[in-house]
Amino acid sequence: MGDQRIKNIILEIIAIVAPDAEITDVKTDIRLRDQLDLDSMDFLDIVMELRKRYKIEIPKEEYPELATLDSCAAYLGPKLAGVAAT
Amino acid sequence: MVADRLRDIKSHYDVVIIGSGLAGLTAANCLAKCGRSVLLLEQHYNFGGMATWFHRKGGHIFDISLHGFPIGMIKSCRKYWTKEISDSIVQLKGIRFDNPQFQLQTTFDRQDFTRILVEEFGIESETVEAFFDAARGMDFYDDQSMTTRELFEKFFPGRSDVVRMLMEPIAYANGSTLDDPAISYGIVFSNFMSKGVYIFRGGTDKLIYMMRQELKANGVDVRKQVLVDRVVVEDGTVRGVMANDKFISCGAVLSNANLKTTIDKLVGHDQLSPEFVAQAKAVRLNNSSCQVFIGIREGETLDHIGDLLFTSVDPEFDSVRLCAKDVTSRTFSMYYPDTRPGSNRYAVVSSTNANWDDWAHLSEDDYQTEKKHLIETTIAALEKYIPDVRKKIDHVEAATPRTFYHYTHQAMGATFGTKFEGLQVSMDLPKQIHGLFHAGSVGIIMSGWLGAINYGVIVANEVDSLCHEDGKSEGRMAS
Ligand SMILES: Cc1cc2nc3c(=O)[nH]c(=O)nc-3n(C[C@H](O)[C@H](O)[C@H](O)COP(=O)(O)OP(=O)(O)OC[C@H]3O[C@@H](n4cnc5c(N)ncnc54)[C@H](O)[C@@H]3O)c2cc1C
Repeated sequence: MGDQRIKNIILEIIAIVAPDAEITDVKTDIRLRDQLDLDSMDFLDIVMELRKRYKIEIPKEEYPELATLDSCAAYLGPKLAGVAAT
Repeated sequence: MVADRLRDIKSHYDVVIIGSGLAGLTAANCLAKCGRSVLLLEQHYNFGGMATWFHRKGGHIFDISLHGFPIGMIKSCRKYWTKEISDSIVQLKGIRFDNPQFQLQTTFDRQDFTRILVEEFGIESETVEAFFDAARGMDFYDDQSMTTRELFEKFFPGRSDVVRMLMEPIAYANGSTLDDPAISYGIVFSNFMSKGVYIFRGGTDKLIYMMRQELKANGVDVRKQVLVDRVVVEDGTVRGVMANDKFISCGAVLSNANLKTTIDKLVGHDQLSPEFVAQAKAVRLNNSSCQVFIGIREGETLDHIGDLLFTSVDPEFDSVRLCAKDVTSRTFSMYYPDTRPGSNRYAVVSSTNANWDDWAHLSEDDYQTEKKHLIETTIAALEKYIPDVRKKIDHVEAATPRTFYHYTHQAMGATFGTKFEGLQVSMDLPKQIHGLFHAGSVGIIMSGWLGAINYGVIVANEVDSLCHEDGKSEGRMAS
């Protein structure tokens, strides 16, 4: 799955877990929580949603890897390698 | 013959949840939405745990723990429950304080507190800002050695009036004292006192009804009047639970029962390491409560005197006095007809913090006498705000620490779970026994309606993760 696709997936999930977040203009290299008013519960929801959709597990110690869209793509890339880009 | 509350249960569930407090209910809903098969067992005839209500002759309905919660409930209910539930949450704007040090009314948000502290208490606005920022910046991983008392002393030295305004509501909200860690205060304060006080319009009965509908829609198997006797553990792994003399097999158990009860009774010390047992033993419980429920006769009305009244005749805030049996501090929660739209009824609930030991060992006669005394002094205190209330009262009764113990099985009637150290023990339980989890009021910061709901979600995530991993290894074994 390509980087852009992963970033779009993360944004899609954010739109579900935080419907008030303004996701049209998110910078890929700035921390999501600094741009979008996300709290730690929202990040937990993202982790749960990724597990549900793609059966991937993100250990607690690695939650910080989800800080920015760029870091999400880098971190999730290998984990999502086998998953079809649907 | 007793009805078989476990009729037609499945031979195996991914998860059994013990207890339907807000943490148990919310975890059940999350796990079901993650695709897990979930059985929820509740010993009482109502769901909701301490989020509960009762009816009395004369058309009275009383809410036990619907006095106020933080704004975060709106978001959590929308995410983990439904938009309809979240849309029923409304702000209470009339929060009053009345004590020998000050009388004031506030909307209970950062802006209004700042105004009061600056204009009425004469504190420099920079100090107020610095205090708010310090409280806001605190988190669970910070140093725990500073106490709440020291935090106040640092920002407002010698100002017992400021301490009272900032502390009294929190002490009622979670039983914490000036000796609890400053970080537990900071975390709760910035959640609870920064954007107002909210309640659920429609009453606790409606909320729990809506939650049950949602659980049903998501396929959770819910059973009431089923007391779980114990969690069955073999070789350090959860196998199921025993309830009503039946064994129910499952891959994971999430206990929403009191943390200490879970460890001492449901699991048993022989399944746990001695270090962990010692750590669990050292966990202190928060205090319990007393309440007086006052139902106003149909047709009578009350003037709007505010929504939540923090009253006290004590000269200063004092954590010990706040729990004393001879009560000097009370919160009055006013329930006007708009609490339950369509109703024309008024009720007042007085809540005080209380000690288990003051009530637990009374003889039946003394217990009844003490309850009468509590009721009488409460009505007398209320007359200060509603002079003619006595003649409008149609029903009145009291609840004590014994009552809370009876209905929720919370150890020592604890109304706010455990002190701070309980959170670590709760979080470490899964490391002791594979497949065993705890979620429910612990650690001060995870108590209250919002704390319980959010902690339910946090633990549901752990449970789901375990189901995921166990599912993978089963898959490997099969192939
Ligand atoms: C008087 C009072 C006033 C309060 N006011 C407020 C307020 O205004 N705002 C606020 O946010 N919070 C308030 N709270 C606190 C809040 O209600 C609680 O923190 C919260 O509801 C606790 O939820 P919980 O999930 O931890 O567990 P609980 O509500 O304690 O639920 C545990 C459940 O487990 C069940 N159970 C236990 N053992 C077993 C077993 N072996 N088998 C089957 N079932 C079992 C119990 O019956 C119970 O239903 C108040 C509490 C009290 C008592």
